[in-house]
Amino acid sequence: MKNEWPLWEVFIRGRHGLSHRHVGSLHAPDAETAILNARDVYTRRNEGVSIWVVEAAHVTASSPSDKGPLYEPANDKIYRHPTFFDIPEDVGPM
Amino acid sequence: MSALFEFLLRQGDNALVLGHRVSEWCGHAPVLEEDIALANTALDLIGQTQMWLGLAGEVEGKGRSADDLAFLRDVWDFRNLLLVERPNGDFGHTMMRQFLFDAFNLVHLTELANSTDDRIAAIAEKAGKEAAYHLERSRNTVVALGDGTEESHARMQAALDALWPYVGEIFENDSVSDELAADGIAPEPASLRAAWDARVQEALAEATLRHPEGDFAHRGGKTGVMHTEHLGHLLTQMQWLQRAYPGATW
Repeated sequence: MKNEWPLWEVFIRGRHGLSHRHVGSLHAPDAETAILNARDVYTRRNEGVSIWVVEAAHVTASSPSDKGPLYEPANDKIYRHPTFFDIPEDVGPM
Repeated sequence: MSALFEFLLRQGDNALVLGHRVSEWCGHAPVLEEDIALANTALDLIGQTQMWLGLAGEVEGKGRSADDLAFLRDVWDFRNLLLVERPNGDFGHTMMRQFLFDAFNLVHLTELANSTDDRIAAIAEKAGKEAAYHLERSRNTVVALGDGTEESHARMQAALDALWPYVGEIFENDSVSDELAADGIAPEPASLRAAWDARVQEALAEATLRHPEGDFAHRGGKTGVMHTEHLGHLLTQMQWLQRAYPGATW
């Protein structure tokens, strides 16, 4: 019998206009309680205006052993960086 | 003692004594998340205490601060409900007591936000938001454990049955409440019962808990006439530092 509550990943939006950021994880019996727990564990110091929780089991992660095939091919493809374009002055910082 | 001062002590002492009780869980709750949530609740209640007892000291006009009132009064001076001085029991028992109190606190604060006394209305406005969150949390826990396993259901029913005789006192009117109601400062406690019943009955039904019968009520807490033996033990812990080292600060 499984007695552990499922693990939830917590994402918090600090301010309007920003995107949600992963802040940590916690245990809770269901999604609604996970939101309340996230409020108590991660927003005690005014950190957020919005909370998302996702059950950790639903996150599919890339495998560290696939690092070579997944990421190394991008190393020598410098032409994918936008540094070869002249950006007009009036566009401002990008 | 003026009725207003007496009322403010009741408000402050409810928050203080329950806040202390809840703080006793710090480091002992069944899971880390609940531990932090309980500590947050306790801190909210101590914050409410500072506002109520701060105003009480101001109204009394003898120069006593919120700290003086919290740490330098003895059992017979306290005006909290017997419900909040009850020992914690198990986690379910604590959450059932919290739920019964939170439902009252929210209904009461909602009315107090319309008080003719602006200072009371301002405290009620701020404390009401905290009470709404406390109630959401304690209600959910009562429902989850009541409608949980056979074991959790039995424990929640036992907690409800044990605490029920302490409900009646919450809603008793007396000369203090009559005077404040006449001035529009605070509602009569009895007038809050219907709204409280509605919230509690709805949650108990969802929690599959049997609503206790009978209206026998222990009383004597909010009048200070007869506290239970538990309050003295609580105060020896809470007031120890000020009693041993009078005037100590940091």
